[in-house]
Amino acid sequence: MATLLAIGTAKGLFLATSTDDRRTWEVSGPHHPRTSVYAVAIDTRPGTPRLLAGVTSSHFGPSVATSDDLGASWDEPDHAPVAFPADTGASLGRVWQLTPGGADEPDVVWAGTEPSALFRSTDGGRSFELVRALWDHPHRPQWQAGFGGQAVHTVLPHPRDPARVLVAMSTGGVYRSQDAGASWAPGNVGIRAAGLADEWPEFGQCVHKVARDAGNPERLYAQNHFGVYRSDDDGRTWSSIADGLPSDFGFPMVSHPGRPGMVWTFPLIADVQRYPTDHRCRVYRSADAGDKWEPLSVGLPEGPFYPAVLRDAMCADDATPGGVYFGTRSGEVYASRDEGDSWSQVAAHLPDVLCVRAAVV
Amino acid sequence: MLLPGPLRGEAGGASRLSVDACGTLGAVLDELAADHPRLARRIRDERGELRRYVNVYVDGEDCRHSGGLAAPVGEGAQVQVLPSVAGG
Repeated sequence: MATLLAIGTAKGLFLATSTDDRRTWEVSGPHHPRTSVYAVAIDTRPGTPRLLAGVTSSHFGPSVATSDDLGASWDEPDHAPVAFPADTGASLGRVWQLTPGGADEPDVVWAGTEPSALFRSTDGGRSFELVRALWDHPHRPQWQAGFGGQAVHTVLPHPRDPARVLVAMSTGGVYRSQDAGASWAPGNVGIRAAGLADEWPEFGQCVHKVARDAGNPERLYAQNHFGVYRSDDDGRTWSSIADGLPSDFGFPMVSHPGRPGMVWTFPLIADVQRYPTDHRCRVYRSADAGDKWEPLSVGLPEGPFYPAVLRDAMCADDATPGGVYFGTRSGEVYASRDEGDSWSQVAAHLPDVLCVRAAVV
Repeated sequence: MLLPGPLRGEAGGASRLSVDACGTLGAVLDELAADHPRLARRIRDERGELRRYVNVYVDGEDCRHSGGLAAPVGEGAQVQVLPSVAGG
């Protein structure tokens, strides 16, 4: 058994592999060296794991590449895997998120894109179709572009009910479907939109990342542009869990895939000071669904530390005990094989880390 | 049609392709898409528009200064695809 850590960066994809239970890592790459890799997925549902990478060339546009041999070779179909239909008048900026569907839909893969849209694949990520109802949503003209662009950056299918899926976008908010994408409703009640004239709007909140709890799929965690929240009703309503964190600003939010109530985040000082709080490299963990938080720093750099961790640049693996990973905008990647109690460096001097995903393969 | 290094892999390694179409640049790129769809979508997006940092020269003239996709392409014309000097 090996653990694979896929590291998407501003200049290519790097793959780190550990065969000694995540003690040491061998890093290969860059794969797709002329692209930025904002989205990567390791789909372990097939007998042979499939890697999917959302690759974007600044010159030659975006695409989705797949590998069925753990990155030794990559394939891309002749047709554009993700493309807007002609009548939309839109063109794909980049794929921000690739999320395999539930276990009972082994060929379904979701893609969140810029501009804000959701696509669904039923062939394992080789071709995708626009989810029309979200694109046609009457709120869409009012969704704004954040600094990173206007994008659906989070897609969370319900693990047991294929009809339910949740998406999130910056300066748009959370939207939920309970009918396999045929209709969508905003799910932002209780989330404050700092800086807007109406601080409690129906939609328009700048959500940075949402994660679903391992044991209770109705429970969700959100890191917002100011605000950290939990929902216990599948995203209908939210309440703050920011007490105990040094700041309520940040980007990632990661849940433990096997331990209910455990989540990690990486707080930054504020939007105008996007540095780690106290200029220290610390991950914060809660083991009780956000009621209490503790800083984790054993093995992380001790000196002043300034890089940020982007929304998809933190993840957990599916090993036991759980592993946690994050990459920084300064190209460092750290791993924990004990749920965050201690850390070691996997790689350094990479390009800006945009996303990480890990799995036992 | 002359291809830059980064796109030659989409044409079997060829640096030159013959395209059996003329009239307008759009017609030439449509024909290219029929035979080399992956190459074509590197040059144009799904709306058919030239990608921002891809330049196409018809007999040495930047198509953006001569009608864009409507730029005339005569028989035997040379169409060169040239990525912008951009990036970091």
